[in-house]
Amino acid sequence: MADIKTKSFVTASKSSIKDPQLRQALEKVGTGFDGARREAIEEISEEKWEEWRLKAREIKEHTIDNLDYYLDMLYTNVTNAGGYVHFAHDDNEANAIVSQLVEENNVKIATKSKSMVSEELGLNHVLEKLGVEVYETDLGEYIIQLAEETPSHLVAPALHKTKEQVASLFQEKLGIPYDEDIESMARTAREVLRDKFLKADLGISGANFLVAETGSLVIITNEGNGRLCTSAPRIHIGITGMEKVIPSLEDLSTFLRLLPRSATGQRLTSYVSIVTGPRRITDEDGPEQFHLIIVDNGRSKMLADPKLREALYCIRCGACLNICPVYQKVGGHAYGWVYPGPIGSIVTPNLTVLQNAKDLPFASSLCGACREACPVKINIPRMLLNLREQLVQPSDGSKSTSTFSENIAAKSYTSLMKHPSMVKLGNIMLKGLQKPFVRDGVVSSVPIPPLSIWTRSRDLPKLPDKTFHQIWENNLKDNQDTNG
Amino acid sequence: MINPKGIKASLYVTCIVDQLYPQVGVSVVNVLRKLGVQVEFPIDQSCCGQPLFNSGYVSEAKELALRVIESFKDSQYVVVPSASCAAMFREFYPSLFESDPQLHDIAQNFSERVYEFSEFIVEVLGVNKVNASGDGRHTFHTSCHMLRELGVKDQPLSLLDGVEGIETVDLPQREVCCGFGGTFSVKYPHISEEMLSDKVDNVLSTSCDTLVSCDMSCLMNIGGALSRNKSGISVKHLAEILDEENS
Repeated sequence: MADIKTKSFVTASKSSIKDPQLRQALEKVGTGFDGARREAIEEISEEKWEEWRLKAREIKEHTIDNLDYYLDMLYTNVTNAGGYVHFAHDDNEANAIVSQLVEENNVKIATKSKSMVSEELGLNHVLEKLGVEVYETDLGEYIIQLAEETPSHLVAPALHKTKEQVASLFQEKLGIPYDEDIESMARTAREVLRDKFLKADLGISGANFLVAETGSLVIITNEGNGRLCTSAPRIHIGITGMEKVIPSLEDLSTFLRLLPRSATGQRLTSYVSIVTGPRRITDEDGPEQFHLIIVDNGRSKMLADPKLREALYCIRCGACLNICPVYQKVGGHAYGWVYPGPIGSIVTPNLTVLQNAKDLPFASSLCGACREACPVKINIPRMLLNLREQLVQPSDGSKSTSTFSENIAAKSYTSLMKHPSMVKLGNIMLKGLQKPFVRDGVVSSVPIPPLSIWTRSRDLPKLPDKTFHQIWENNLKDNQDTNG
Repeated sequence: MINPKGIKASLYVTCIVDQLYPQVGVSVVNVLRKLGVQVEFPIDQSCCGQPLFNSGYVSEAKELALRVIESFKDSQYVVVPSASCAAMFREFYPSLFESDPQLHDIAQNFSERVYEFSEFIVEVLGVNKVNASGDGRHTFHTSCHMLRELGVKDQPLSLLDGVEGIETVDLPQREVCCGFGGTFSVKYPHISEEMLSDKVDNVLSTSCDTLVSCDMSCLMNIGGALSRNKSGISVKHLAEILDEENS
């Protein structure tokens, strides 16, 4: 499993906010990606977009509700096409399957097309330990592999890096002169990687979709690296989560409209590769073996929970990250694991340990922009609320993560609010207590948390002489007809 | 369209308005009366439970929910000068009682009678212009709950546009969160303050005199920063604007 640093959310997000280069890099997210998405929707009209979203959600709902049926269909059709399907319960099993294939086939060099699931499994480390040279071939992934970092965005893994940082990285790792021209950096990466594509024994890819009726693996890319990974080496291993299956090619057409537009605002990505089984006798090229590893790794826990199930509808477009005001400030690494942003705040706690990722569901203003941007209409804020409940008042007998003082505060607040006379008394007390802190009609500094935190950057209005309750009783109640 | 005369509406004033901005409650009453509505105020009302619900204290939120529902059991309409509390009633109350069909029905029945202030005026009363006048340059912040939980978007803007004598300007990034988020603002202040700072920059860019919204929680947040910056920009609930009449 990839390193889990979810416990450090607060410190990591604080340092992200202070990092000027990260801030600069993150500016692209809102204006660039999200702006392009909005333009793409405008082009085809809101109504049409809504129609596609509903269709996509319907397909996902149906498939996830009948997941066993479609996985079985997929298994049969992959096998009929000459491929092998492996089901992996967790990261260890998945890594063991890949390791065995590597050893049996004497693999020396592997090229990879972007796969978030392989990040989840920590597969690169496993392969390196076996002595395999591993090359990420998606430009963004290649950059972060050189930098020995992890992806910070679902679609643009090296989004956190500025072009100057990449130029320095290439200079250091590839021994070439510093050149911050993006095109020439891409050319450099292409030259390095072209050689690896030709030499690789093994190509590893993720999958954007698995089509049950044909047994196909679908990947969409803009760089063409996916196609090279899945066709040039003698073995192709596809690794993906079990939720990626959809029933038919007809259904695929809906998602091929939604995914690129939601991710980058493109009508279609430059490459759409549909891979069905290994090379056939009549084919000129293609891999000799095709293996599909379908990974559970905690997903069935979400499948079993009706309140969290819809997180499995996610097509990893990144639209919720791009629009999220929190992600835009803290970036992907702060979330501490493979999946960042709003959807990551649901997926990560469920695929890792909820209690260790307790900040993720809470670090949201619940603004709901993610839900609005989601091409499959996943109700992310609602699930964040459900996770908060699970943390504070767990129904499964696990220990609550809330502190003693939080519990006391919640209980006292509840009993106060159940007794309006107590609220009245509390108001009188607070009016007395606020006196030393009122200046120019506002409270601008209070030494007691949480007010001290609030007044760090904001004033508070002072409590007025009368509450609305009092004004109503004294002045408003009997005036019903005077203004009417 | 129905004749507003004779319609009875019960005001749910919200904690923030009750304790910190009572003049907003007064304006709500004045505006509704101006439109011929009979306003009632169930006196034993208190918190809707949202702070608890959002913090994971669901069983405590349920206790308060039942109390509110009881206070408004005879109300024809429940009018709320906060989209956030209205969303709690309308979107979340029924779901709190999903496992109890009887309570769920009661919560559902309550939720169907709840309207946010501007929504009530436009959708229930069928009024698009309230007799009001003022001056100065105004801009409007749409709260997240208003837009994305209640689906109320144009109603407050059209009411604001109908006010005589004032100038209205678009707030850039109007639909982006101000960073309040209840306890989020004090639990993750470093993030909340960054979001707030963007909102304040956008407000300042309009050169407005007054920032208007339908949620005093957002306005307490943005207004708190505008006050700290000595910006001279005041914050007002839409009801206060609709209550003003230059004589």
